[in-house]
Amino acid sequence: MTAPSHFYTSRHSFQRRTEGTIVWAFRLATYVILLCGVFVIGNICLKGLPTVTGSFRSLKQFPYVTNTFLFEAPESLYIFKHEGVKREMGDTEYRAFREAETARATAEGRPVPEFKAQSYVYAAGGIWPCIVGTVLLVVGAMTIALLLGVASAIFLSEYARDSAFVRFIRLAILNLAGVPSIVFGLFGFAMFVLYFDWNVSLMSGWFTLAFMVLPVVITASEEALKAVPKGFREGSLALGATKWQTIRKNVLPFALPGILTSSILGIARVAGETAPIMFTAAYVVRDKLPWEVAKFGDFFFQGVMALPYHIYVVSSKIPQNAYTQRVQYGTAFVFLGLVALIAGSSILLRNKLRGRYQW
Amino acid sequence: MENSSPTSAAPSRTLATPPRVARKDDTVPSPTLIDVKGLDFYYGAKQALFDINIAIPDRRVTAFIGPSGCGKSTLLRCLNRMNDLIDGTAVKRGEIKIRDIDIYGPAVDPIELRKRVGMVFQKSNPFPKSIYENIIYGLRIQGVKSKTKLDEVVEKSLRGAALWDEVKDRLHESGLGLSGGQQQRLCIARTIAVEPEVILMDEPCSALDPIATAKVEELIHELKKQFTIIIVTHSMQQAARCSDRTAFFYMGKLIEFDETHNIFMNPKNAQTEAYVSGRFG
Repeated sequence: MTAPSHFYTSRHSFQRRTEGTIVWAFRLATYVILLCGVFVIGNICLKGLPTVTGSFRSLKQFPYVTNTFLFEAPESLYIFKHEGVKREMGDTEYRAFREAETARATAEGRPVPEFKAQSYVYAAGGIWPCIVGTVLLVVGAMTIALLLGVASAIFLSEYARDSAFVRFIRLAILNLAGVPSIVFGLFGFAMFVLYFDWNVSLMSGWFTLAFMVLPVVITASEEALKAVPKGFREGSLALGATKWQTIRKNVLPFALPGILTSSILGIARVAGETAPIMFTAAYVVRDKLPWEVAKFGDFFFQGVMALPYHIYVVSSKIPQNAYTQRVQYGTAFVFLGLVALIAGSSILLRNKLRGRYQW
Repeated sequence: MENSSPTSAAPSRTLATPPRVARKDDTVPSPTLIDVKGLDFYYGAKQALFDINIAIPDRRVTAFIGPSGCGKSTLLRCLNRMNDLIDGTAVKRGEIKIRDIDIYGPAVDPIELRKRVGMVFQKSNPFPKSIYENIIYGLRIQGVKSKTKLDEVVEKSLRGAALWDEVKDRLHESGLGLSGGQQQRLCIARTIAVEPEVILMDEPCSALDPIATAKVEELIHELKKQFTIIIVTHSMQQAARCSDRTAFFYMGKLIEFDETHNIFMNPKNAQTEAYVSGRFG
């Protein structure tokens, strides 16, 4: 069968072959990235999920069921043989068990049992203080970053006239975006921890993380402000509004969805970075939860545990064994979930605002 | 010479069919409201206006015509100091007096000035809020809270802009849901809600179809009973139809300023004659 020949008959040519190859190369590159993502996330989910799902325990009172991995502090795992049975227990449980057994033996007039246990740090209990700490760090740092960032973005894009100084500021902000996070950590350590004498605390961590995401927030906020049509400003000013009235009522509300979009990226970064908080805010372990403070002021000047730092500690600072793996993967899994949750709720908020302010 | 818009090239010679010029009683002299004297205006180093002298009468429609870039919009934006918002603009010489007050004087607050000298833009720019909120925007920022007062103003302004009957049942729907012509009339309603003395219109009909344009022009006729209106337009027919006096600008200079009838039927200046007859522009 021969195809009818005319001007537009398809012919095999070098260009056509190149076209096909190029498309496939691009397609392959995309698939490789997808594969990596699926592998990483899948691996963490597969290995981390059982840690969470396998940690349910019933309680005597409300809420009757708890998840020890999510809602308890990390503990050492004790493994021992008692009366011929091999048992695995967390720190608190082990001590209670030992006391009860000793008391029972004494009451029955038996010799006091000997407990020979092997202990593995952080292999039992959960990561509740880390979850709390990370949430606190994210909320505080994003609040500071948004307040400072949006304020300076408004100044730069609405008020500042184009001058050498303003251009210098913009350049400085862009450069700030390229500074490695460990440098921010050292800066925060020198500035907040030592010079301001805030110690290793939430405050130090908040400001360090805020400065780290500030360039992203400023740049994106400026873009969002610029995207608001000029007519909104002119229309408002022509009605006798001051510049600030114009910005507050007729520019900022419409820029907000864009600003939130950028801060979603910021959230992932703030939550994920280990380097800036390892010197400024994170504790390896802390037995008190952040709200267990003597007076309100202390709240801001306490260190916290944080998920990324906990992952770092359990995967590189303690002896590795079969029992630490479940904690590592479990923490990573919860961490991913938490970031997804925070970012997800920001996206919902943004979409809601978008629906309200559309033009 | 550039062709500014297709409409301005339409008529040939000195308008075969005479335009419907303003009614006789509108051509009787009215006291001067805005007096521009010897105005030189600069965008940075570039001079945009050269020695402009023009006396704009109270409660009349004054049209500014001329080819693109001739300075008509620039002069318009000088009158409520909207040019202040652009970097590097400056009035280097001359003055603009409204009711004998120099609006570039040191004691003048441009915010207060803009409450008295409103502006309607080329591209209709209703805010993405309800029709009601659009109208009361100017009053809200002045701190007016009384619901009865606001309701009253909304109805009055919308009636004033000949929009009330079309939107009275959907005051709380978005202003962006209106048609282009309705949006522009909404912007006019928003402007008259703050009760200005002067309304500046910067090519208000250039994005509208002929029917919507006719409605806005009709509205201009009504509005001039209460307001002094200055309209910048690319369409000479529009200037002829709805203005009492017309100023022709060219290359930043005011070439001729006279009653609209004279500008179109009997121009004194050769350049004006050439422009209104469609030979250039």
